[in-house]
Amino acid sequence: MWRQWIPFWHEGVSPYGGDVDLLFRGLLGASALVLGLLLFLVLLFCIRYRAGNDVDRENHEAKSWHWEIGWTAASLIAFLGLFAWGAGVFLKIYQTPADDLTVFVVAQQWMWKVQHPGGQAEINALHMPINRPVNLVMASQDVIHSFFIPALRLKHDVVPGRYQSIEIEASRPGRYHLFCAEYCGTDHARMGGEVVAMRPADYAAWLTQQAPSSPLTRQGGALFRQLGCSGCHEGSSRVHAPRLEGLYGKPVPLADGTIVIADDKYLRDSILLPRSQIAAGYEPVMPSFEGRIDEAQLLQLVAYIKSLAAVKP
Amino acid sequence: MTGKTYLNEDYRLGSWFTTTDHKRIAILYFATLIFFFFVGGAAATLIRIELATPGPDVVSADTYNRLFTMHGIIMVWFFLIPSIPNTLGNFIVPLMIGARDLAFPRLNLASWYLFVLGGSVTLYAIFMGGIDTGWTLYTPFSTLYSNSYVSVAVVGIFIAGFSSILTGLNFIVTIHKLRAPGLTWYRLPLFIWSLYATSVILVLATPVLAMTLVLLVAERLFGVGIFDPRIGGDPLLFQHLFWFYSHPAVYIMILPGMGVVNELIACYARKKIFGYKFVAWASLAIAAAGFLVWGHHMFVSGQSLTASLVFSFMSFIVAVPSAIKVFNWTATLHKGTIRFDAPMLYALAFIGLFTIGGLTGLFLACLAFDVYATDTYFVVAHFHYIMVGGMVTAYFGGLHYWWPKITGRMYPEYWARAAAILIFFGFNLTFFPQFILGAEGMPRRYHIYPPEFQVWNVLSSGGASILAAAYLLPMFYLGYSLFFGRRAPANPWGATGLEWRTSSPPPRLNFDQQPVVTEDPYDYAHAPEPQHV
Repeated sequence: MWRQWIPFWHEGVSPYGGDVDLLFRGLLGASALVLGLLLFLVLLFCIRYRAGNDVDRENHEAKSWHWEIGWTAASLIAFLGLFAWGAGVFLKIYQTPADDLTVFVVAQQWMWKVQHPGGQAEINALHMPINRPVNLVMASQDVIHSFFIPALRLKHDVVPGRYQSIEIEASRPGRYHLFCAEYCGTDHARMGGEVVAMRPADYAAWLTQQAPSSPLTRQGGALFRQLGCSGCHEGSSRVHAPRLEGLYGKPVPLADGTIVIADDKYLRDSILLPRSQIAAGYEPVMPSFEGRIDEAQLLQLVAYIKSLAAVKP
Repeated sequence: MTGKTYLNEDYRLGSWFTTTDHKRIAILYFATLIFFFFVGGAAATLIRIELATPGPDVVSADTYNRLFTMHGIIMVWFFLIPSIPNTLGNFIVPLMIGARDLAFPRLNLASWYLFVLGGSVTLYAIFMGGIDTGWTLYTPFSTLYSNSYVSVAVVGIFIAGFSSILTGLNFIVTIHKLRAPGLTWYRLPLFIWSLYATSVILVLATPVLAMTLVLLVAERLFGVGIFDPRIGGDPLLFQHLFWFYSHPAVYIMILPGMGVVNELIACYARKKIFGYKFVAWASLAIAAAGFLVWGHHMFVSGQSLTASLVFSFMSFIVAVPSAIKVFNWTATLHKGTIRFDAPMLYALAFIGLFTIGGLTGLFLACLAFDVYATDTYFVVAHFHYIMVGGMVTAYFGGLHYWWPKITGRMYPEYWARAAAILIFFGFNLTFFPQFILGAEGMPRRYHIYPPEFQVWNVLSSGGASILAAAYLLPMFYLGYSLFFGRRAPANPWGATGLEWRTSSPPPRLNFDQQPVVTEDPYDYAHAPEPQHV
């Protein structure tokens, strides 16, 4: 196999891993060609035209513009080709996640906290089934971190104050490095762990072994009552607050006349900054929960509200 | 030698610290930069020692974080950016264009004092306990989470920025107004063109850095919500502002190196630079397009996919003028009469190393590969090939080339060649393994790492020790030449250019008579023969 010829290069195990590897080989090949040609010419000229060597030096190229146009055009065309190739694969990597198996990831100094929909939680490890797209919803508790799995050829920053959704998929079972790739303070180098890709049966067995306290949505539901959200948003409340059943994924008309889709980010913003996007027809009376709950609890609440999407209001 | 030169006209120390002579100010800068080069180099040495093993065995995590931050801040702002412009540029620009000094001699001295002040404040921050944010100062880590001396160090960088702006301004005015009679734009040496392009970036980009740093300190000290989302800011805003300066700053660091290489190749191939006008305009094209590529540092940050596509496209475009330069230098060698003096060895090393740095820049401009390689050692290797393999190599080449002019002494040629070759091998052994580490996925800014990365790290640390020794060599033989070197004639290399028409070292006002230019640049068909060796 050709891969043995580049002993340092391990094959990517994501669906587009082969595409990234091919792109890398293409870039390597093109560079080797250009560098080889250049070094050959430099060496040739240096030897042939060294001072003291009696060779013909008459009639050297004086008119240069056709050479200039030639190599400018050649570089431009080659570069545009590489741009298009890289952009094509890039769009494949960051395609919009299919709403399949959603796993929540919270980054904080200096660990990765993972919450599975069934309520299983783990730290600095992520178990996932192979050949099934996993939608990661990531948030940061403090500074910028970056979620990096070299074997999947994937990396994405986790910036505080927003959700990042990416889709990951592994095509072979195995244990792969998980790194934090954005410098985040003292133990940046220790903020890593492993991604364990498992056959579906093993994954199912792992899930049951973890003996979760309760599914994520139920944890979120408990929080929903504990924080008093249910007092206004549920049942026969006297306060005029929007009902959340069937909300997720639907368009929401806002007081300022615009319409937004109620996605993860909208739910998050509405909990933390309730006055920034007021639903049309409601008074801005909801208090902010900024500082009262952390990112992990926020994700549980979001998961709970998402689970209400199927409930008829 | 008889007669007064700028060196022997006044020996008192006070005459140096109050001088407005561009040549003496260049020497002041040179001494200051050597100091900072060794401070930054010491940090790099400790980093490479720590990374020789996977575990944490020499320095703690916090110390390591302070070391790479200090290495970056010192090397970028207190060595690379001022290196060629403020030493070689300061010395050579007025000589090259036949002027008696820069347009604003006092401003020139003020810029050195600002630089020393900024450097002292930054050193104070380092000795008080250091700064651990990385030279990129990303928010909200730098504003609300770091417990180190961020504000002090930032004030130091802020002050040094004004030194950059003043130098840029001074060069622009000098090049416009003080050219000798007959020295039209297309008769200017390409070193002048490249410094002109550099100055434009210095003047336009540095104020953006200054504003960004003010905002950073406002958030850190007064809690004004600008970058931290908890108080209503946006962390990515900082990255946009920071890279809007810091990517053009990369061209501040490499353009002067390209300028030096033009002079060296023309002189030692004894030919006019092939495609002079294309090379000249390529510098300005790089300066202009360099302002439109900053987002390529943010492909995985969460900026929109459309923005990433546009920035990737522009990054490929800005590579075209660099490619043009490399092809023209190669073509210049064709049918030349090539000598391999030490400066030429540096110039040839520059072509090879810069090309590798440039080509791997294309890898990183390529979106899908950057998603994988960004923030890994691939990036570290890439920018060291440009900054050290390119800029520092060119700096050493230029230093040797103009050494006889600056000091009036010849250096020992064989030692100089040996050092050049040793630097080349030491450099490649240090940084090539880092490409492989990056391709294997090792993230940067890690003081411990999984054991499978050790082989390449050991090679890199081994190379670094060779490189460190090679960088020390010139200290000795150049120092030796100051006292025992042969007296240099006015034009030892038989080079074209006005700086070679006056004595070595030049008199206080550079020329005894106002030079007049009647010929094209690099007219080596009519240049005098080299007098050395």
